[in-house]
Amino acid sequence: MPPASTTRPPAWATAGPLDGGGVRLQLGGRLTAQSITGVWNVVEEALRGTVPERVVIDGSEVTYCDTAGLGILMEVRSRVEPAGGTVDVAAWPENLRPMLDLFDAASFREPVHPRVEHARLPEEVGRGVVQLYRDLVVQLTYVGELTAALGAALLRPHTIRWRDALRTAETAGVNALPIVVLIGFLLGLIMAFQSAIPMKQFGAEIFVANLVSLSMLRELGPLMTAIVLAGRSGSAFAAEIGTMKVNEEVNALVTMGLKPVNFLVVPRVLAAVVMTPLLTLFTCLAGLLGGIVVMLSLGFPFVTAYNQMVNSTDAVDLLGGLVKAFFFGILVAGVGCMRGLETKTGASAVGDSTTRAVVSSIVLIAIADGIFSVVYYFLGV
Amino acid sequence: MRTEDNLHHPFRFLTMTAHPPSPPIISVRNFTAAYGGNVVIDDISFDVFPGEVFVILGGSGCGKSTMLKHMIGLYEPAAGAILFEGDDIVTAYGTQRQEILCRFGVMYQLGALFGSMTLLENVRVPLEEYTDLPEDAMNLVARMKLDLVGLGEFLHHMPAEISGGMQKRAAIARAMALDPKILFLDEPSAGLDPITSAGLDQLILRLSRTLGITFVVVTHELPSIYTIADRAIMLDKSVKKIVAEGKPAALRDTSDNPWVRQFFNREAETG
Repeated sequence: MPPASTTRPPAWATAGPLDGGGVRLQLGGRLTAQSITGVWNVVEEALRGTVPERVVIDGSEVTYCDTAGLGILMEVRSRVEPAGGTVDVAAWPENLRPMLDLFDAASFREPVHPRVEHARLPEEVGRGVVQLYRDLVVQLTYVGELTAALGAALLRPHTIRWRDALRTAETAGVNALPIVVLIGFLLGLIMAFQSAIPMKQFGAEIFVANLVSLSMLRELGPLMTAIVLAGRSGSAFAAEIGTMKVNEEVNALVTMGLKPVNFLVVPRVLAAVVMTPLLTLFTCLAGLLGGIVVMLSLGFPFVTAYNQMVNSTDAVDLLGGLVKAFFFGILVAGVGCMRGLETKTGASAVGDSTTRAVVSSIVLIAIADGIFSVVYYFLGV
Repeated sequence: MRTEDNLHHPFRFLTMTAHPPSPPIISVRNFTAAYGGNVVIDDISFDVFPGEVFVILGGSGCGKSTMLKHMIGLYEPAAGAILFEGDDIVTAYGTQRQEILCRFGVMYQLGALFGSMTLLENVRVPLEEYTDLPEDAMNLVARMKLDLVGLGEFLHHMPAEISGGMQKRAAIARAMALDPKILFLDEPSAGLDPITSAGLDQLILRLSRTLGITFVVVTHELPSIYTIADRAIMLDKSVKKIVAEGKPAALRDTSDNPWVRQFFNREAETG
């Protein structure tokens, strides 16, 4: 029997024994996706354990049924019929009968398994190695192509798309100024504060200036600028070119006879190699300013702090940092554009490219920084 | 009197076309659309009746897609009302607006399937968000929708792995996930080959007849219009209004507007 009408839900079901064995299901109300959860649970309960040999469905009190409601009938049939049982629909509203012919219950017998790609360990390793080899080939080809394109562009500067380069220099360089200055200032400030405490124990607070100026100019200035640019501009390059790839704009360039590397990558790399050292300069200045602020708070006059900084560093330190920044700029822009050009299809591919651009850039920046440290050591810089 | 049940009467469609027996399921009243100060559609009104395949057509740039995007609540009109069974989507907000949005599904021109999900997962999204069905039930219902559009064998395919026509069918399946009474289709045949396009037309007609779904279709594909449309309105960008309304074949043969006849007879501009 259906539940009492005062508390009757929009859709309801009852299950009971059938004369001669089996289950009798009575369905009623509006069977829609939003209302059939309770009905579904009743059916699940009725079919739990041994599958009955016969199920009779009485839908005489069904007032409306959408395809989700029809799913209950499909579920019953797909569970009872493969076990050799029978399902009879004893009553069903005449106006809803055409829907019963819409689906074949046999199609839904196999349960839905999530998409899992099984692979054995050797297979996984093999795939990984092949993929690594392919990536390496693609990356080497790209590096060669980019080098050739940059060389050709520098030999014939009129072929460079200067407007794109200037636009990129503005968006990736000038607009990044506030963030790199802020990071640089805070870096100098924090470093000075943290080092002032132990140095005070030895009465060597004055050397906070040396520490800040040397580390900012030689190491942290270019490194932090490059990392900020990798997160801010390298990812933007990857996303922009990746979206162009998805929208077939890159294909359009190819069919127009234009090389995507020349058209898209060269202006961005040129903008980055010019802007990264300039931004590094600002990062270093802001860092030094942060250090001076701490020196002032420690009671040193401005002139003392300034002179200490100037005397502890020379032009070679600054130049060494700027050379690093120059190469970091190539890495950030080159890798960002490469990941963009590698983008596959779909919106998620653009996200993947962006992530890969940032991760690859930061890893390569760290490796390059290590190489620079060794080279500078042997050169006595 | 219209009920959901009579939508499923086998002969509902034929009688409804000739004599709409029910109040409109969508009423557009004194509707004006504008981008900034630029009026695109100026003060138009029309009705869509339950179970019919209603086509909005017109030349490029006449505001067909604009009209559709206003009807589905993406844009706010400059003036007028868009009523779904009497409820205005323009002024509705919060849960009332949510409830109106659940009454229809939308198939976008490029499918707009979520690229990171399989077809089954795509269709499951509305079920997960709007129902508390058990997982097995959601899988079954999503599977039934995909089966209905002929994609029962492609449950675990990613959108990028199937053709454009299949993507559009999958988008229809997703739009139907909650069994809405109304489906909006934006250029369903655009970019498809004639065979796939004809298959899609047949699908629209089958869903309309068997499930009683009301279709609002934006298109300018003439073969498709003749096949599926019960009634059409035609927008003209020069006057920014509806210049013709009726059955496409009748408009082609009897319209006294030369531009309308030119459109249906596929004749180029002269002079």
